[in-house]
Amino acid sequence: MSTVTLKVDNLKVWYRTLRGDVQALDGVSFGVGDGEVVGLAGESGCGKSTLGKSLIRLDGRMRHVGGTVELDGKELPIADSGRMSGFRFKEVSIIPQYAMSALNPTRRIGRMVAELLESRGVRADGVHQELLRRLELVGLDPEVLDRYPIELSGGMKQRMVMVLSTLLNPSLLIADEITSALDVSTQKAVAEALVDFRDRHYVKSTIFITHDLSLVYQIADSIIVMYAGKLAEKAPTDALVSSPRHPYTRMLISALPEVGVRFGTRRLRGIPGSPPSLLDPPTGCRFRDRCPLAFEKCAEQPPFLEVAPDHFAACWKAF
Amino acid sequence: MLRLERVSKSYRVGTFGGRELVAVREVSLQVRPGEVVSLIGESGSGKSTIGRMILRLTSVTSGTISFEDRDVAAFKGDRLRTYYADVQGVFQDPFSCYNPVFKADRVLELLRGPYFPGMDGRRWRDKLEASLEAVRLDPGQVLGKYPHQLSGGQLQRMLVARALLLDIRLLVADEIISMLDASTRIDVLNLLGDLKARGLGILFITHDLSLGNYLSDTAVILHRGQVVESGPADRVFGQPEHPYTRSLLASVPQLHRKWDRRSHAVPEPAGEGG
Amino acid sequence: MTVSDSEELAAATPAAAAATPVTVASPRASREALYFARRNRKLLAGLAVVLAFLVVAAVGPLLTDHGPNEYVGPASQPPSARYWFGTTTFGQDVFAQFAHGLRSTFLVGVLGGGLAAAIGMLIGFTAGYRGGVVDEVLNMVTNVVLVIPTLAVLLVIATYLRVRGVIPEALFIGLFSWPWVARALRAQTFSLRSRDFVDLARLSGARGGRIVLREIAPNMSSYLFMTFILLFGGAVLTAATLDFIGLGPTDGISLGLMMNNAVLWSALPLGMWWWFVPPGLGITMIVGSLYIMNVGLDEVFNPKLRKL
Repeated sequence: MSTVTLKVDNLKVWYRTLRGDVQALDGVSFGVGDGEVVGLAGESGCGKSTLGKSLIRLDGRMRHVGGTVELDGKELPIADSGRMSGFRFKEVSIIPQYAMSALNPTRRIGRMVAELLESRGVRADGVHQELLRRLELVGLDPEVLDRYPIELSGGMKQRMVMVLSTLLNPSLLIADEITSALDVSTQKAVAEALVDFRDRHYVKSTIFITHDLSLVYQIADSIIVMYAGKLAEKAPTDALVSSPRHPYTRMLISALPEVGVRFGTRRLRGIPGSPPSLLDPPTGCRFRDRCPLAFEKCAEQPPFLEVAPDHFAACWKAF
Repeated sequence: MLRLERVSKSYRVGTFGGRELVAVREVSLQVRPGEVVSLIGESGSGKSTIGRMILRLTSVTSGTISFEDRDVAAFKGDRLRTYYADVQGVFQDPFSCYNPVFKADRVLELLRGPYFPGMDGRRWRDKLEASLEAVRLDPGQVLGKYPHQLSGGQLQRMLVARALLLDIRLLVADEIISMLDASTRIDVLNLLGDLKARGLGILFITHDLSLGNYLSDTAVILHRGQVVESGPADRVFGQPEHPYTRSLLASVPQLHRKWDRRSHAVPEPAGEGG
Repeated sequence: MTVSDSEELAAATPAAAAATPVTVASPRASREALYFARRNRKLLAGLAVVLAFLVVAAVGPLLTDHGPNEYVGPASQPPSARYWFGTTTFGQDVFAQFAHGLRSTFLVGVLGGGLAAAIGMLIGFTAGYRGGVVDEVLNMVTNVVLVIPTLAVLLVIATYLRVRGVIPEALFIGLFSWPWVARALRAQTFSLRSRDFVDLARLSGARGGRIVLREIAPNMSSYLFMTFILLFGGAVLTAATLDFIGLGPTDGISLGLMMNNAVLWSALPLGMWWWFVPPGLGITMIVGSLYIMNVGLDEVFNPKLRKL
């Protein structure tokens, strides 16, 4: 990739709870190139949603403990919510999880859009034409602006939210589990719309957060796999899927049933055990307890190093 | 063993019950002993409603559901209880299935009174442990704990153990793994596969085609309440005939195979969906 | 749309987040609740006041060796060492009246509130769980009771029953103050009824009544507790009001009756504040403390309202 849009350096974000600090993100570093769609994949509790949210807004329980984030060469003041508000929606935008359920049911869509734009200091009639053009692009009728959210299906609501989030052509779009609650066919439509936005330069770079590895394989240029608050592997999509270097990635891929694989012929295997608690994470590699390849060196946390061109992994066995 | 004949379910909606909403339309299918039938459909297809009707949690509007050639709708009182000793269900959200006020193993204890009256403590404990081990759960790790102390996978497996306590013949599994992580899904699926090998019939309700294919002998594809295609799983997934099945298969994301990027026209369900 | 169909419909649409307003009480939560309860000032203060009055009601009458309505002392005396709350125009010991009156007040509160709670729970749970025709009929009953002008009914009853006691009063209050309880419990039961664990209980062969008692009610235990406290307070207030306007028991004594007598015998223009201030203050403080306790309980049980 020529230029780097986003550069994250050793980001640490913890959650405050009654029982102590949950180290949700523990030293994460990576870069997202210009025009790249990066898939952020992982299971529940791995920290991918936290990573997405910390790039745009730390909610009340999150605490920025260390690390920096640079967007287009400028440092993002992620620890300061007030200063970040100048960047939100214009340079960094997010489609939060459950966004489509969060539309105000008592407002017509068009009115909600206008109010949102006004609150960001953008004149609604200035972008109206552009809004209509984009609605048509994703296959939504302009009269959807006169409807209430309850009249739209899940897929339509999700595409509406996508159009809204990208209206001001942000540099970075964070899409947090935008397809999880959708049917297979609408899932495909929404995911393809996301790539379409990138192709038309409405968005520069995208981080697509999901737990579904096969979905991210379809649309992402590169994939980051997270485990227990740290990055396990990052590589271009085809490289990651055809030659994964981290044992977790390998086991994850081999646990995915495909159409054609049958129980009788080839039994898939899961990963026994469960991720470590992030309240008091173990020292050393966090996958150690469940890893079939673990050996003594794993007591020391492996660094996230380049093992092949543009292919990073955090595993002693991969180096 | 289980047979559905032209089963329909409709609701009356609108003010004063003016309009009719048909959730399930003339569905027929059957499940034989030791057979896994996948009931595949998207949301709004009526698949959960069918599962609930089989479990007598929802009434049938027309058509018959028969278990061993006897009409399920006619069962009452004790006869219904005997039915539940043969047919049980496991649902989608493991955390919603457990009453949060009580310990998790209460779901097992609830069966003791109606189904094993007079069984002494020792034998009950043995039976519990045998069931838990059959689903590969360590009794020491899961007994006496509250639901929030256990993982989703453990909770789902405990629900299967509960069904096994009764020595059931048919399990209705309604999206039981969709809320589990990829690494635990396979374990639960493999468990179902083992149970099938021991003679259990399973109605596997899901929206995920790749899961449906992994386990099932027969596949039934449901669209808007109607069966659009059914048959041996190999044939339905290998040579789908109905255009809906074909578009479903084309939209499923798979590793090592990229989507055909020309967008198909997506049939939008009107109103609430997703 | 009939109600039973609507909740079946809700169960049919998958994974619609059933956002229940019920505060769920698991045992870990009740330990947390106890922790917060010990620290909640509203709860502790309210509880202290109510308990103090309870002590007076229990012990007070034992401290006097004469009945509340006996003519024992000089008339219209202000508080003194002999008669702590002074005497009435007839020479009755105001403190004795106060202490006995508290007993009667608490009794009415418990009986009346308890009866209202029982009826409200019975109707609310049944309507919420069964739905359909049963729900519609019970709704109608609830609405009818809600709109009945209780005062008018009471006046009619009063003319027929020349002699009235505390029990009939409690009965009357109980029979008319349950509608809001039934409504609220019905709504909560509806939302809990569509949860999967209720389905699982059905699949275990349990029948309706058992499910309500063993599965649904425990999930609402904090709410039921708060409901009873509100009903208790409400019953006390209603009883005092009824007594004050002369529709209370014809024998015995209660705080409201004391105030009624005080007004009848011109205590205010005569400046005999010791006759009506204690009962008035007593009622206000008891009911007020109960309501404050309730607010405190709400904070204790609802994690979102807790101040960390």
